[in-house]
Amino acid sequence: MDLSYTAEEADFRARLREWLRKTLPSLPPKPSPDDWPARRAYDLGWQRTLYDAGYADVHWDASPTMRLIFLEETEKAGAPYVGANFVGLLHAGPTIAAEGTDGQRARWLPPILRGDEVWCQGFSEPDAGSDLAALRTRAWRDGDDYVVNGSKIWTSHAEVADWCELLVRTDPDAPKHRGITWLALPMDAPGITVRPLRTLAGSAEFAEVFLDEVRVPVANRVGDENDGWRVTMVTLSFERGTAFVGEVVACRRVLRELAAEARKNGRWDDPALRRWLGRLNAEFRALWRLTQWNVSAAETGGGVPGVAGSVFKLRYSHARQELYDAAADVLGPEALDLDRPWVPDRLSSLSYTIAAGTSQIQRNIVAERILGLPKGR
Amino acid sequence: MRFQLTEDQRALRDGVRGLLVRRFDRDALWAAVAEPGLDRALWRELGAAGFFALRVPEAEGGVGLGLPEAVLAFEEAGRALLPGPLLATHLAAGTVAGAATGETVVAAVDGGLVEWLAEADVVRGDAAGAVPLRSVDPLTPLHRAPGAAGVADPVAVLLTAAEQLGTATRACELAVQHARTREQFGQPIGGFQAVKHLCAELLARVEVARAAVYAAAVTGDRADIAAARLLSDEAAVRGARDCLQVHGGMGFTWESEVHLLLKRAWVRAQRGGGVTQSEELLAADLVA
Repeated sequence: MDLSYTAEEADFRARLREWLRKTLPSLPPKPSPDDWPARRAYDLGWQRTLYDAGYADVHWDASPTMRLIFLEETEKAGAPYVGANFVGLLHAGPTIAAEGTDGQRARWLPPILRGDEVWCQGFSEPDAGSDLAALRTRAWRDGDDYVVNGSKIWTSHAEVADWCELLVRTDPDAPKHRGITWLALPMDAPGITVRPLRTLAGSAEFAEVFLDEVRVPVANRVGDENDGWRVTMVTLSFERGTAFVGEVVACRRVLRELAAEARKNGRWDDPALRRWLGRLNAEFRALWRLTQWNVSAAETGGGVPGVAGSVFKLRYSHARQELYDAAADVLGPEALDLDRPWVPDRLSSLSYTIAAGTSQIQRNIVAERILGLPKGR
Repeated sequence: MRFQLTEDQRALRDGVRGLLVRRFDRDALWAAVAEPGLDRALWRELGAAGFFALRVPEAEGGVGLGLPEAVLAFEEAGRALLPGPLLATHLAAGTVAGAATGETVVAAVDGGLVEWLAEADVVRGDAAGAVPLRSVDPLTPLHRAPGAAGVADPVAVLLTAAEQLGTATRACELAVQHARTREQFGQPIGGFQAVKHLCAELLARVEVARAAVYAAAVTGDRADIAAARLLSDEAAVRGARDCLQVHGGMGFTWESEVHLLLKRAWVRAQRGGGVTQSEELLAADLVA
C-alpha cells in the first residue's frame, strides 16, 4: 500500500500547478448562471485553453492517477468546472471513442477536445427514469435516415448543445434491453423543441426535449442497431469512476470554511456541532481515500472503473447533503437567505441522491453485482 | 500511487487467515464461549508466527514490518473474533520480556477498563483497585479500573480500528450468506429489496472504513487515524446490528454467532478515549 506518487506523477502535478497559477488570473469573469449562451462560450473557452496547453484529453488518455491529479489540482486552484463540456468529455466522447467507426471518431472527437462543440444527453424520459431501458422514444428506418418521435427529460445544456447522444427504441418487440439504438442527434434538425425545466433551486439547469418526426442519418448511429444498451453501459461505468474527485476536494474545503464561520459566529462553542463537523471530516477524508483506492484498482485492472463506483456514489451523495445540512446549522436563521453562500448549494445537493442512479438503484447494484444477491423485482 | 495490497501484504494476510482457520475455527470459538479462559498454547503459536513481534525491528529479534502489515493481521483477528489481550501484548512486544514470543500475556488499562486482567502476567497502567464486572461480551473478561482515562495512543486506536474492520467484514459476510439461503415467501430473502439494501449498506460501510483504515496505516497521521476509528466503529457496531436484523429471530438467539460480533464491537468502541475524543480531534483538525 503506497500513497506516494511516482516522479512522473509528481512532475505532472508540479507542471499543472504552475500552469494553473499562470493561466487562471487571465480568464474572463464567470458568466451569470442564467445566461446560457455566455455559459457555453465560457465553458468552451476553458476547454480550448486546456487544449492549447495539452491537457484536453486528460479524461481519455491519461492514466487514472494522472486524471485524479488533474481533477484535484484544478479544483484546488479554483479552475472552471467541466460545465457544458461534461457530456462530450465524459459521456458521448468516451462512447464514440470506444464504439464508433474511424470516420465517426474523426468527425466528433476533435471538436469536443478543441472546445468547438457541446453535447447533451437524451437518455431519461418521463416514463423511463430509474428503469432507463423502458424508454419509448421511437425511431423508424426510412431510407438513409431514422425518423424519431418522442420526448426526453433532464437534458442539461439542451438549449446550447450542438449534438445530443440519443437513445431510441428501434425494435419494440425485442426484450427491452435489446431494442435500443444509440444515435448522434444534430440539435439543429427540424422538429426539435427544447423547453427549460425550472428546478427547486430556481435555476433552469435542465430541459425537456420534444422530438417530432426528426430525421437522423443512419450514418449517425454508433454501434449496431438494437445494440445501444451495451454501447451506453460503456459510458455509464465511465461516469461512476473519477467523476466526483473534484467535488470531494471542494467538500473538504467547504467543511473547513464551515468550521471557520462557526468559530466566528459562536456556534463552535456547541460540542454537538463540533462533533458533527468532526464526523463529516472523517467521512470526507475516507471518501478521498476510497477514491484513491478505486483509482489504484482501476490502474492495475486496466483502467475501467467498476461497480465499486456505486459504493462511492452511495456514500458521497448522502455525505454531501449532510454537509449542507450542517452548513444550515452553522448559519442559523441566515440559512433561509438565498444570498448567503451554501444556501443555494444546499438546495442543489438534494439532486445528488437521485441523479445518475438513485441511492435505491445504487443499493440494488451493490447487492446484486458485488454481493451476488438474487435479482428481484 | 499504488494504494492496493502488495504481493507480500496479501501473502501475510492469507497466512494469518490460514493460521486462524486452522487454530481458531467456529468450534473453537464456541468452545471458548463455553469455557472462558485464555488458550496459552494458541498464544504461544501466535507469538511464534510473529503476531506480537510484527513491528519489532529485526535487529531486536522481531519481524521488522510496519503499521500496514499490523493492520492486516489485526483485521484478520477481528474477522475471526480471536479472544485475548492481543492489542496490549502486541504493543508490549519489545518492551516487556516474553511478550513478543507469547510467553508473557500482557493486559493494559484503557478508558477505565482492563480486558483480561485475571489472565495477565503483566499489567500496564494503573490497575490498582480494579474490580471485575460481569462482561457483556462472553469472550472478553473485564475489570473496571478507577482513575482518569489519558490521551489515547494513536497506534492502539488504529489497531483497534483494524479489528473493528475485520468484525464488520465478518458481519457483512454472515448477513449476505443468510440472505442468500434463508427462504420466506418462496424465495431467498436476499431477493427482497428491504433486505438487499441492508446488505448493500453493510458493504458500503465496510469499504469506506477499509479505505480509511489502510490509509491511516500508511500515513500514521493522527486525524487519519481518528477518521479510521470513527468509520470502523460505525461499520462494526452498525454492521453487526444490521446483520442481526437480517437474521431475524435466529439473530436474537445465543446460538447464533451474530451477538458475539456485536458485543465485541461494543467492547472495542470503548477503547482509545471513546468516540468523543476522536470526533473532537477531527473537529480541531478543521481549524488547525
